[in-house]
Amino acid sequence: MPFGQLFVEGLAIGACYGLFATAVVIIYKTSEVVNFAQGEMAMFSTFVAFHILNFYGYPFWMAFLITMLFSIAMGVLIEFLFLRPAKHPTILGMIVITLGAEMFLMGLASWKWGAEQQFFALPINPSVTYEPIKGMIINNWSIAVLSVSSLIMLILFVFFKYTRLGTAMRATQQNKNAAKIMGIRTERVFSFAWGFSSLIGAIAGMFFASRATLDPAFMMEPFLRAFAAAVLGGLMSIPGVIIGGGLMGLIENYFGYIWPEWKPIVAFIVIVLVLCIKPSGLFAKHYVKKV
Amino acid sequence: MDMKREYYEDVQLFKSGVVLFWSAALLLGLFTFPLYAPNYYIYLLNVIMVHVILAVGLNILVGSTGQISLGHAGFFAIGAYGTAMLMSTFHIPFVAAIIIAAFVAAFFGFILGLPALRLEGPYLAIASLGFGLTIMHIIGAMKIFGGRMGLKTPVLDLGIPQLGLSLPVTNDLQKYYLILIIAVIMVVGAVNILKTRVGRSFVAIRDSDIAAEVIGVNLTIYKTLAFAVSAFYAGIAGGLFGFILGFFDPFTFNMILSIMFLVMVVVGGLGTVSGSIMGATLITYLQYDLFKNIAEVPYFGKFMLYISDKWFTTVGLENFSSMAIGLIMIGIIIFEPLGMFGIWIRFKKYWMTWPF
Repeated sequence: MPFGQLFVEGLAIGACYGLFATAVVIIYKTSEVVNFAQGEMAMFSTFVAFHILNFYGYPFWMAFLITMLFSIAMGVLIEFLFLRPAKHPTILGMIVITLGAEMFLMGLASWKWGAEQQFFALPINPSVTYEPIKGMIINNWSIAVLSVSSLIMLILFVFFKYTRLGTAMRATQQNKNAAKIMGIRTERVFSFAWGFSSLIGAIAGMFFASRATLDPAFMMEPFLRAFAAAVLGGLMSIPGVIIGGGLMGLIENYFGYIWPEWKPIVAFIVIVLVLCIKPSGLFAKHYVKKV
Repeated sequence: MDMKREYYEDVQLFKSGVVLFWSAALLLGLFTFPLYAPNYYIYLLNVIMVHVILAVGLNILVGSTGQISLGHAGFFAIGAYGTAMLMSTFHIPFVAAIIIAAFVAAFFGFILGLPALRLEGPYLAIASLGFGLTIMHIIGAMKIFGGRMGLKTPVLDLGIPQLGLSLPVTNDLQKYYLILIIAVIMVVGAVNILKTRVGRSFVAIRDSDIAAEVIGVNLTIYKTLAFAVSAFYAGIAGGLFGFILGFFDPFTFNMILSIMFLVMVVVGGLGTVSGSIMGATLITYLQYDLFKNIAEVPYFGKFMLYISDKWFTTVGLENFSSMAIGLIMIGIIIFEPLGMFGIWIRFKKYWMTWPF
């Protein structure tokens, strides 16, 4: 496979990682919880879309809309039922809660849809390809991923910069108590963050599922890679995460081309190297620990 | 809760005669257990005790040192593969093989401990999770470990077969006594570690690593040591687990297993040896017995089957275990962050101060 081809594919899958990592970052930015259930939330939403498409036979746009509403409701509900009742949990407690949500969703999905692999298709044909520059073949799937993720990034940028709710989210992240005193309903902000990131995760999950297959464990590896992308970008900044996602996709694709055996462990190496050399990530501001 | 008046009181193995009595009673019960228990429970108890060894070791890391690990299935796998390979390929006797394998696991624990010096909280959780997946992948990709086809354990022989001192351990009952003896040694070892200078350094690191450094605890040594000790326990447990299964492949040691180990520690109670024993026993029982055969539970099983038939799939009912354990994890953090040990302490306090 030529260099340019790897570049395009790496960028496309990287955009997918970046999109999914954004979902992780939104929650981490507002509530400082690393959501280990993110992958399974996306998996569950994708299964809901799959169910609507295959058992009710609705058109795709309808299934997509219902899934989006469902994923928002699921995100809000998980925050409301699982995280909010925990009073002053430790970091370990938070991790255990999100891991518990992960196990719960995974068990529920395997109970409902079985553990076998299903086929999930987006209404785009991945075998249609274009070759704008010689040696760089780009297929429909990559075009869809790149355009959807750039659209979402644009919306996010505007949202965080110019809307009241976006400002409230940034304020909550900086200092929760001060934000509360300023009249921001921080709990509503958390609900919103979870619903929003669940939605973005569901979109990314559909892209991942249409690229591979759909089964209750299919989001585990993409989650680790998306997290590596988030760590590359610094876990705090959304532009950083986009670049981190792109870098991660490229690193993985080139690495996988040279040593296909060891492709699955790239993410781990990236995480450890970045965290050891520059824990704040490539783009975030310097990270200072509060004592 | 209880006041210590001198150093000796703090370091003694049994806090009081009552604790000594009940520990002895428990041991006696465990040693005579096969006399009055059906054979299936021996197998279950073997798995429980292996998980107890692991949970006690993991608790030294998570509960006492405050470092999060989601990669203990990796050390578990190193122990299992190491012991089996050393015995079948290099013909090393069992006792030496399991100890060497555990030291290999401890070495890998030391390696994971090095990045842990700069990581904490969620970052460390992710890094260790990646470590566990990496170990699983490396084992699966290499031919000498049997690849994805898995590995069959050799005959468990306590003696040295080359010298004609053969002492084969074949059935579950004999394995039971072997594992019980090792488990008792490991648990007593853990209790002792926590009462020494090393254990107190671990606790100091958990409470505040900066304060610990200020009072002269060498963070580099003690953090990596905590990982190494914990990995050593996981290695021993893994070596025994391989023999219980008889056959294993890399996917036995997946990420869910690491999560289950963490759940045992959290459900049992962080930082206590007795808590990890309780947690490992409860979670293993639920996972291997109650939730696995949920359809056979009276009344409730029928109800679950009815629900599965109506809205879900009957084949997928076995996944109820994963769901229920997920809910237990969430519930324990929300309602009882101290775990089963916390429930025990509350019960004890209520009892001691009754009727006030």
